[in-house]
Amino acid sequence: MEAVLALEDGVVFEGRSIGARGETFGEVVFNTSLTGYQEILTDPSYAGQIVVLTYPLIGNYGVNSEDEESRRPFAEGLVVREATDSGDHWRLDSTLPDYLETHGIVAIDQIDTRALVRHIRRQGAMRAAIASGEVDRKLLVERVRQTPEMVGRDLASRVSCRQAYRWGKPSVDIFASQASRHSSKADGAEPPIRLVALDFGIKHNILRLMVDSGFEVTVVPARTGAAQILAMDPDGVFLSNGPGDPEPVAYAIRTARELIGKKPILGICLGHQILGLAVGGRTYKLKFGHHGGNHPVMRMQTGQVEITAQNHGFAVDISSLPESVEVTHVNLNDQTLEGFRHRHAPLFCVQYHPESSPGPHDSRYLFEEFKQVIRQHQGQGGSSFVWQD
Amino acid sequence: MPKRSDIKKILVIGSGPIVIGQACEFDYSGTQACKVLRAEGYQVVLVNSNPATIMTDPELADRTYIEPLTPEFVEAIILEERPDALLPTVGGQTALNLAVALSEKGVLDRQGVELIGAQIKSIRVGEDRLLFKEAMREIGLETPRSGVAYDFKEARQIVREVGYPAIIRPSFTLGGTGGGIAYNAEEFEQLAKRGLDLSPAHEILIEESVIGWKEFELEVMRDLKDNVVVICSIENFDPMGVHTGDSITVAPVQTLTDKEYQFMRNAAMRIIRKVGVETGGSNIQFAVNPRDGRLVVIEMNPRVSRSSALASKATGFPIAKIAAKLAVGLTLDEIPNDITLKTPACFEPTIDYVVTKIPKWAFEKFPEAEPLLGTQMKSVGEVMAIGRTFKESLLKALRSLETGRKVGSQKLDPEQIREKLVVPNPDRLLYLRFAFERGISVEEAHQYTRIDPWFLQQVREVSQLSAGLRGTDLGEISPPQLRQAKRLGFSDQYLAWLTDSTASEVHQRRQSLELRPVYKRVDTCAAEFESFTPYLYSTYEQQCEAEPSERRKIVILGSGPNRIGQGIEFDYCCCHASFALKEDGFETIMVNCNPETVSTDYDTSDRLYFEPLTLEDVMHVVEREQPEGVIVQFGGQTPLTLALPLQRAGVPIIGTSPESIDLAEDRKRFGRLLTGMGIPQPPSGTATSFAEAAAIAERIGYPILVRPSYVLGGRAMVIVHDNQSLERYISEAVGVSQDRPILIDKFLEDAFEVDVDAVADGRRVVIGGIMEHIEEAGIHSGDSSCVLPTYMVKPEHLETMRDYTRRLALELRVVGLMNVQYAIKEDVVYVLEVNPRASRTVPFVSKATGVPLAKLAVRLMTGRKLEEFGLEDELPVNDFFVKSPVFPFLKFPGVDTILGPEMKSTGEVMGVSDNFGQAYAKAQLSAGSVLPRSGTAFISVNDQDKPNVLPIARRLHDLGFRLIATGGTRETLAGQGIRVESVYKVNEGRPHVVDLIKSGQVDLILNTPLGKDSFFDERAIRRAAVQHNVPCITTLSGGAAVASGISALQQNRRDVRALQEYHRNDE
Repeated sequence: MEAVLALEDGVVFEGRSIGARGETFGEVVFNTSLTGYQEILTDPSYAGQIVVLTYPLIGNYGVNSEDEESRRPFAEGLVVREATDSGDHWRLDSTLPDYLETHGIVAIDQIDTRALVRHIRRQGAMRAAIASGEVDRKLLVERVRQTPEMVGRDLASRVSCRQAYRWGKPSVDIFASQASRHSSKADGAEPPIRLVALDFGIKHNILRLMVDSGFEVTVVPARTGAAQILAMDPDGVFLSNGPGDPEPVAYAIRTARELIGKKPILGICLGHQILGLAVGGRTYKLKFGHHGGNHPVMRMQTGQVEITAQNHGFAVDISSLPESVEVTHVNLNDQTLEGFRHRHAPLFCVQYHPESSPGPHDSRYLFEEFKQVIRQHQGQGGSSFVWQD
Repeated sequence: MPKRSDIKKILVIGSGPIVIGQACEFDYSGTQACKVLRAEGYQVVLVNSNPATIMTDPELADRTYIEPLTPEFVEAIILEERPDALLPTVGGQTALNLAVALSEKGVLDRQGVELIGAQIKSIRVGEDRLLFKEAMREIGLETPRSGVAYDFKEARQIVREVGYPAIIRPSFTLGGTGGGIAYNAEEFEQLAKRGLDLSPAHEILIEESVIGWKEFELEVMRDLKDNVVVICSIENFDPMGVHTGDSITVAPVQTLTDKEYQFMRNAAMRIIRKVGVETGGSNIQFAVNPRDGRLVVIEMNPRVSRSSALASKATGFPIAKIAAKLAVGLTLDEIPNDITLKTPACFEPTIDYVVTKIPKWAFEKFPEAEPLLGTQMKSVGEVMAIGRTFKESLLKALRSLETGRKVGSQKLDPEQIREKLVVPNPDRLLYLRFAFERGISVEEAHQYTRIDPWFLQQVREVSQLSAGLRGTDLGEISPPQLRQAKRLGFSDQYLAWLTDSTASEVHQRRQSLELRPVYKRVDTCAAEFESFTPYLYSTYEQQCEAEPSERRKIVILGSGPNRIGQGIEFDYCCCHASFALKEDGFETIMVNCNPETVSTDYDTSDRLYFEPLTLEDVMHVVEREQPEGVIVQFGGQTPLTLALPLQRAGVPIIGTSPESIDLAEDRKRFGRLLTGMGIPQPPSGTATSFAEAAAIAERIGYPILVRPSYVLGGRAMVIVHDNQSLERYISEAVGVSQDRPILIDKFLEDAFEVDVDAVADGRRVVIGGIMEHIEEAGIHSGDSSCVLPTYMVKPEHLETMRDYTRRLALELRVVGLMNVQYAIKEDVVYVLEVNPRASRTVPFVSKATGVPLAKLAVRLMTGRKLEEFGLEDELPVNDFFVKSPVFPFLKFPGVDTILGPEMKSTGEVMGVSDNFGQAYAKAQLSAGSVLPRSGTAFISVNDQDKPNVLPIARRLHDLGFRLIATGGTRETLAGQGIRVESVYKVNEGRPHVVDLIKSGQVDLILNTPLGKDSFFDERAIRRAAVQHNVPCITTLSGGAAVASGISALQQNRRDVRALQEYHRNDE
């Protein structure tokens, strides 16, 4: 069946409907990862967005139960050059088109995705729709223009969990037969570190890696306040990734502000932006964002470069940061802020995704670092925090 | 980190002659390294024995040595130049081995030369199987179960533990030479023994078979700050069991989930750190069990490689160039990405297309070798194609191969097909498509081939569309169907074949539908950033990014995949054309599909179209670019065959006209032309039946040279001595018919052959070089050693050749390059062939004379005149320059090593000195054939040669050699008072001559063919000679040259001189 992708500026691409029939609306963004389409689709940070994958062949290895990054796909739609039939990969549970259909994801293939990406690169991320079957294109473009913009929308509360829950699952060892995995698994000798994770759309791999590092994780809804969290008396607080604009997530910014200095804090992605706003910085919308698995980030402390997974449309303005924080990570492609830490409080955060599922594992040291920060904080008995580099 | 200022002068080692497993990818990497190091302000000293390379152009290094790549000669260069550092990672295994040898000899320490780019320790760990295995164990990675043996007894013990099938890999050999898979004890014994023999360390690895597992490669780079990035991932279409150089490979990886891919990436990072590659690129190979994802490490190369050249072309990330910068201390974050300009090289390229590489084999050249693929590489070249889908890139790559074969024209029973699928062979893909057209399932195909079902499914989709279109009338194919076929990658010609129409009808149909390709850019970043480099490929989509300029521009057609007879020499010419035109202010546009070459470096021309060299694909480029002219005469046969069709399509061909090129190739018309000019040629004829052929033979007299008219480059060309052999040749080898006549020439036995290269502007002719073949007539010019200047040709014959060359160039209205082949017999100079185009010897002559002929020629082609350049009528040569061929016989066990009119060499080397003997000895040394200084020489010659062998035998005797000979030869020599001992022929008793060769008691063999009767004897001798690396000379003129060479060697001179020095003296 035919389908179209209509952009708010009136540009319409023709293709073939794959996955669910019908129509879907969202902001169209592109991701340049070569692998990991299932993880991308199930990343809650894509709520409100239609994802274009720049790699042309998608579906090659199907989908499986272990590569889910949340309870369901959150992307509003998928645009690819060619959806391929999977072979018989040993981990395969289903084909991609079947999976999309089961989860009601409207998708389109046979699109000149490179032309689309160049258009977005020049014009910026924009609202769009995918619709299958007979479509009145003019009307569709009109309707796209009536959908809300990303700026100013609180999407985090939409995707967050409704109730707190304990997470206990470590990383899945997909090569169970292979002896040489996960040296950093908790060995049981150390007491567990109790962590409260604020869920703005948290990816499961963050939780798995936290467990691997010896954290005992309780996930709480996005609107959980500082008092509630302090009442739980965790050893540390984590602010998760999540979709969209950080500014309207005012309740979380307030929570963060109230926790700074009181508890060790780690933030990733939206969590980083919320912390940026909490310390007094500004955020802004990037032209087309960073979405991919090959972004070079310099770790200022060592001068070394990490290849990182990224997925964000907004960023903290590096020049807006107050004296109280210092820049720890910078994106080498465009010199944007990738991470900072508080000079006097046990707080650090990164814009990119150290849990990287999909993406390179270069930055996973950050989970261990968080553990050390918490231990150090515990050792100092709550007095003013001094970084030990 | 800033670049190092404590080193000023860097020695770069090239990879030597083109051989199977080490081809022009190292010219690409070496050229990049030289350019970069000089741009960074270092002085570069280069050594390479291969004159046909761009890297040995005198402009690319401060000092260029075309000398043997042996520790002794390189030591002499080090003494002369006193470099601070040595970069051994851009010259393949040859350069690494040489660096190890120099280090072991203490030369590097003594002379204070620092190795950069790789340390001896990492080279060892990368190359020594046992150390590598241990290193992998230490970092928790698995390798296949295995053991190392130094003798056969040990080997047998190991195979008991490893089990069958077992893989045998000799250590320290190129491209896996001498390796193999043993399925039983008998095969094991054979392979293990050969492997032990061939390994310079007498070491073999015996390994658990992971045949049928999925095979992957990662190209990894590391800098001094310990930043590690993966540049490209590659998945092999052919699973484990076929050497990766012989596999169809695809970038990026297609069938791994992110979790598996990241596991592999993590492993690669641990490996490069563990092996200790501090800076530069490495290639790491993995096997993955398709049943459970278990990953084992196969090997790692701590240097740039064939795969890194492919990866560079596949991603637009120039690995060798960056590796050279890292070697002098720069770090990845300090180096900008050439293509985006704004982002750093410290990232991992992402691509939005699919790249497919297909190897090209030359089994037709070695009819005795079975066309089967295994762990030893046998391909001689490769093509790469880029498409937006795997199917499109696969079909584009297939048509780039120029094999012209189509699916479905075979008649095969299912059993035959099954066999062709089970046993890896060069045509397996063809049979796979055929099988799918016949309705075989993906599961069944997977059972036979072990190829991943995803790839099989893709191939099946191609076959299904073919089957659906086959027999349909072109007019009945709907526009969407036609669009689908073009998007899938079908060529017009293939569609024409399917629909029983012509390519031009398909083209017209497409034109009427406005169905044309667009061009997309290779940009390292999937369009995330703007690209400033027009590196383009075609595809059938909406948006075109070609953005042609309004400048004066010329399109240069490259030479496609390397093959025997069409190799790096033509790429050299194409690059030179591009360089010269750029200097003259033109925009240059390269079209080529060979990923190994310098011409497909996006830096070489202003614009690069990575496209198949077919009429359709070239026309699309021309239509998009609208160039002032197209150059077809530099890329060898591939673009030449397009000359007339392009001209007919209204494309301006610059330089010598396609009509002239055609005239020179049309034997009848050209024969008449020569006759009219009063220039002698060997009597000849064209036959369409055996009777006609016999009549011609009768008329012109045996021996005759016969060949089919429809193949080029000496294919299937033989010398025939009698009617019986003629009949056999026709009935068994080629067949003959009205459509497929055979060409017959009088063979000028015992003639001298001479090659002449010249340039002309239509008015004036400059002779570039007159080269005398050292091997006698009947051996393909590409397989013959030759010397410039001539050393035995009479002055009057030189004068005649100069005269003929000039007249022919003017008569054919040559504008550009021309090559003439002459034979001199009984004081008559005959013209054998005229090629009004670039010849194989152009780079050799350019290096010898210091005049870049190809650059000169292209300037003449764009209208400039010879008088501007102030050249004499013939370029002077002051020293002796010998070019010698290099053969791939070691890769084809059982193949006869005798030379003939069909070219078999893969590459060439040059030897330079102030006397012929030394130049020849150096060339031989470079070609890997070490002339003995003393010892035993075995001589066996045919009756015709007996009178002439005397002076050679006497000279060898005088040089201190002990002579041994069989029957007749011994009598002849003894009769002339030369001391010679007797030895048995193979069937006469033992120990016979082959026993002596095998036990190392023979150091030199002079064996001219005796004819059919002693055929097997000679074959055994030559075979043993190849295996035991004993020089085996099959002609008297070769023998005389060898004697001169030995005489020079005995003086033990290690004269080394930079090219810049030779040519300074010319001025």
